[in-house]
Amino acid sequence: MTIFYKNQFARKGIWSALGFTVLLSACGGSDNNSTPEPVTPTPPTPVTYTYEVSVTNLTHAQPLSPVAVVLHNEGALFELGASATVALENLAESGDNSQVLAQDMVLAGASGAGVIMPGMSETVSVSLVDTKPMMLSAATMLVNTNDAFSGISAMSLENMAVGESISLRTSSYDSGTEKNSETMATIPGPAAGGEGFNAERDDVDFIGMHAGVITSDDGLMQSVLTQAHRFDNPTLAISVTRVE
Amino acid sequence: MKYFKTASAIALALSSSALMAQELEIKFTNLTQGIYYTPILMSAHDDTMSLFSAGTAATPELQMMAEGGDISGLVTLLDGANANNATNPAGGLLAPGQSTTAMLSTDDSNTYLSIVTMLLPTNDGFAGVSSWKIPTEAGSYTFNVNAYDAGTEANNEVVNGGGAPGALGIPAAPGMDAGTGGTGVTTEEANKTVHIHRGSLGDDDLTAGKSDLDNTVHRWLNPVARVTVTVK
Repeated sequence: MTIFYKNQFARKGIWSALGFTVLLSACGGSDNNSTPEPVTPTPPTPVTYTYEVSVTNLTHAQPLSPVAVVLHNEGALFELGASATVALENLAESGDNSQVLAQDMVLAGASGAGVIMPGMSETVSVSLVDTKPMMLSAATMLVNTNDAFSGISAMSLENMAVGESISLRTSSYDSGTEKNSETMATIPGPAAGGEGFNAERDDVDFIGMHAGVITSDDGLMQSVLTQAHRFDNPTLAISVTRVE
Repeated sequence: MKYFKTASAIALALSSSALMAQELEIKFTNLTQGIYYTPILMSAHDDTMSLFSAGTAATPELQMMAEGGDISGLVTLLDGANANNATNPAGGLLAPGQSTTAMLSTDDSNTYLSIVTMLLPTNDGFAGVSSWKIPTEAGSYTFNVNAYDAGTEANNEVVNGGGAPGALGIPAAPGMDAGTGGTGVTTEEANKTVHIHRGSLGDDDLTAGKSDLDNTVHRWLNPVARVTVTVK
């Protein structure tokens, strides 16, 4: 048993609600004149919600594809036991996050600037104006695999106040859309340079925990991978901070 | 002296009032893509019972469950301790990626939750939660579960129907995706206590090699299951 979480920010809801009230009364300042004058309504100051997501690659030799970070109020980027969306399949098989960022449910999305090498970190900022987002999801591919990815799905932002942050470590998942053949032809990362996305689904077609790579050093003769590409959980250290 | 007695009587009265019968909804999810779970045992019991403890040898009843998926021995033990059990909520095997949910009404003193189920195909691997303190506050609690090795059988990885305690071999590969002709990975189990499973080895030859397991299908990394307990 490693993870234990339960409404840890529920208590803070009151404070963000109070903060909101104060903000509103401050904005609504009008002079207390006895003579009523025509008042030009002040347009409400746009409220921006900004979150910084820092992602650290904890693996030995699995570069991570540019991370996708999205804000949304419904749905989930991925769900264990359920079939992967085509958008997620694209990310998990090829590292291309463009379809994930373009999904209907996405209120705001941001892509990492580039590949995150082992041991490296990147911070991605994502903002939404006027609507407070309810959830945040993020995903990135372990590129020296057939269809492994890591990330967070539908993390609640509901009670997160400015300045607060949540840190967590994530496991690796298997999108279940491509057999883990580990062959040179099917792995897109630098270890192989093979094919990325393929619309065919020749695996179990549901998302589960990834079982790790076998590699040619550990009994899979056809594998282009070596012992260096093996990984264990956790895969990423993620920290989400609400900055405004 | 009298004061202290009164105080402790009050403390006792308060603590017993905290021990209330509870209604639990327990969801168990198989997070793997190639491992099946045998009939699951969920039990709320008191602090005198423990189904297993890492670093301690398995009981014969735990061995029955871990080697053959037979929970009857553990159920008898738990019944003797007035536990509240939910047995076999999935009505048989729980396939990869699948979930099952059970309702459990607990008696006053049964404030610990344990869950065990065997991983197939393995020799004596099981997913387990041992004596998780059930929260008294209503809410939904989620945690991940790791795979353990009962330490009672060598992990030879040969699928031969051997499910009885002490019979070497894997009882079955329900996905019908294992091989034959494996010569056996090992005949030894150096650690005879319950420990975190080192994972299956498998191989890439379905008709020969050391293992009958497929190394691209039957391996796993922890966690292997997820539990969500909703305290009503």
